[in-house]
Amino acid sequence: MDNTFLQTFKIQGGNIYNAGKASTEIKAILKQLGINAKIVRRVAIASYEAEMNVVMYAKQATLKFEVSPSQISITVEDEGPGIPDVGLAMQEGYSTATPEMREMGFGAGMGLPNIKKNSDYLKIESILGKGTKVTITLNVN
Amino acid sequence: MMLLSSISEILQCELFSGKEQFNLPIEFGCASDLMSDVLAFSQSGALLLTGLVNIQTIQTAHIAEINAVIFVRGKKPDSKMIALATEKKIPLLGTRFSMYEACGILYKTGLVPTMECLKCEGDNG
Ligand SMILES: Nc1ncnc2c1ncn2[C@@H]1O[C@H](COP(=O)(O)OP(=O)(O)OP(=O)(O)O)[C@@H](O)[C@H]1O
Ligand SMILES: [Mg+2]
Repeated sequence: MDNTFLQTFKIQGGNIYNAGKASTEIKAILKQLGINAKIVRRVAIASYEAEMNVVMYAKQATLKFEVSPSQISITVEDEGPGIPDVGLAMQEGYSTATPEMREMGFGAGMGLPNIKKNSDYLKIESILGKGTKVTITLNVN
Repeated sequence: MMLLSSISEILQCELFSGKEQFNLPIEFGCASDLMSDVLAFSQSGALLLTGLVNIQTIQTAHIAEINAVIFVRGKKPDSKMIALATEKKIPLLGTRFSMYEACGILYKTGLVPTMECLKCEGDNG
């Protein structure tokens, strides 16, 4: 594979029942491209956690998925409240999830740390009242 | 390693979907109601025991490459969950045992844990 693969997905905030569609597709595409199974799993997990955060906290987002011969990157840019303290949000266990989200099995404050664990590069940019941009990159080799 | 069929027998399971995968080998076990923990600490090919019954349980299992899901304490998935699990080829089973009992029984039969655990800490460094 020597071409760059690019696809964008729309993620709708609010409905936890629909979350995970983009990540499921991303997983299938990576498998089809013949990417190493361990990397596929890491990308899928990182992407799903980022998607879940949009569904839980933001209004909507665009997810940009890009595969080059050397890197896989996922950029999720949302319209939402933004994150007041990114350092705090990155801490394991920190969560502002509602009781409803906790009932669905989320809100352990593990998502962002888990994205970090499953990626080689993570950048979070956030503007209060506007939104958050999460950039995730994994090296293919 | 255990076959899903023998795990099903030991836990006296009801099968909701995935008859075709009934002879699947299961390498590890894990148990949680927290999907973030499953995503953070499970390994590909594990069996998940959970009391959390909603569509995100299936979605999470697919993303984390969980081989099979057993719902504890008599909980039953709805038709939407069964449809998604069938599509993703993830067998869904149910046991009347509680989470504690089901885990204890499987642990005793020798199914090894996948989650980070005290016993494994020495090995992981
Ligand atoms: N896209 C986002 N927009 C606004 N706030 C966010 C966003 N993503 C994360 N946050 C904030 O950062 C906190 C920590 O996020 P993280 O994903 O680590 O945990 P969580 O979503 O609360 O729980 P979990 O991911 O374990 O289900 C969230 O509770 C929320 O306050
Ligand atoms: Mg999260």
